[in-house]
Amino acid sequence: MAMSNFAQDVSVFFIEDGVLQLLLSQDPAAIDAKAYHKTFKALEFYDIENIYVCRQSLEQRGIKSTQLCIEVTLIEHDDLSSLLASQQHVMSF
Amino acid sequence: MSSFTLLVTSAPFSQQNAYSAYRFALAAVQSKHTVNGIFFYQSGTLNGSSLQITPSDEFDLYAAWQTLSKEFQVPLMVCVSAASKRGITTADDARDSDNPHFSLASPFESVGLGELAVLINNSDRLIQF
Repeated sequence: MAMSNFAQDVSVFFIEDGVLQLLLSQDPAAIDAKAYHKTFKALEFYDIENIYVCRQSLEQRGIKSTQLCIEVTLIEHDDLSSLLASQQHVMSF
Repeated sequence: MSSFTLLVTSAPFSQQNAYSAYRFALAAVQSKHTVNGIFFYQSGTLNGSSLQITPSDEFDLYAAWQTLSKEFQVPLMVCVSAASKRGITTADDARDSDNPHFSLASPFESVGLGELAVLINNSDRLIQF
């Protein structure tokens, strides 16, 4: 969101265990954690529309795209490197 | 000649990453490239702690960051929110939260994430360590 504020064209990728953050059905308060998955909804207000989720990462964890808390674009694992290569800069968290 | 932004997200000593970032920055400026700034984020903010005491027979990375910054005018920027929750606070922030201690001092600067966006925008390359 900070990048988007500075007029950068931002894409977000959720891969491997990162996809678990997007689960709609989660209860972070049960482990004294912040419900920050609710803040993902704010991405669209920052004009961040390229939200990519690895289909295989979901499959391996038994998650369907209907169980996610925001609308995403599913991508194949094989397409990940070409999509990442099309970005000017990549940060990994 | 190229310009770089370095993003350091690793704590000192836990892995080699922060030291590698330092070596890269030094090599870059010595080769007449420009390092527009080094941005410390997540656990990388721990690099900014002035309370580090390095054994005399080990490499003092904290001192090395300071020397690099002073000799080559490389800004050392620390994300304020990532740092604060790890106990890396400026004198001003410590006073505001009634904390008797602080651990972030010049040449490290306490900044927001927007500074990272500006750095990246002004650099040819972003490299994360």
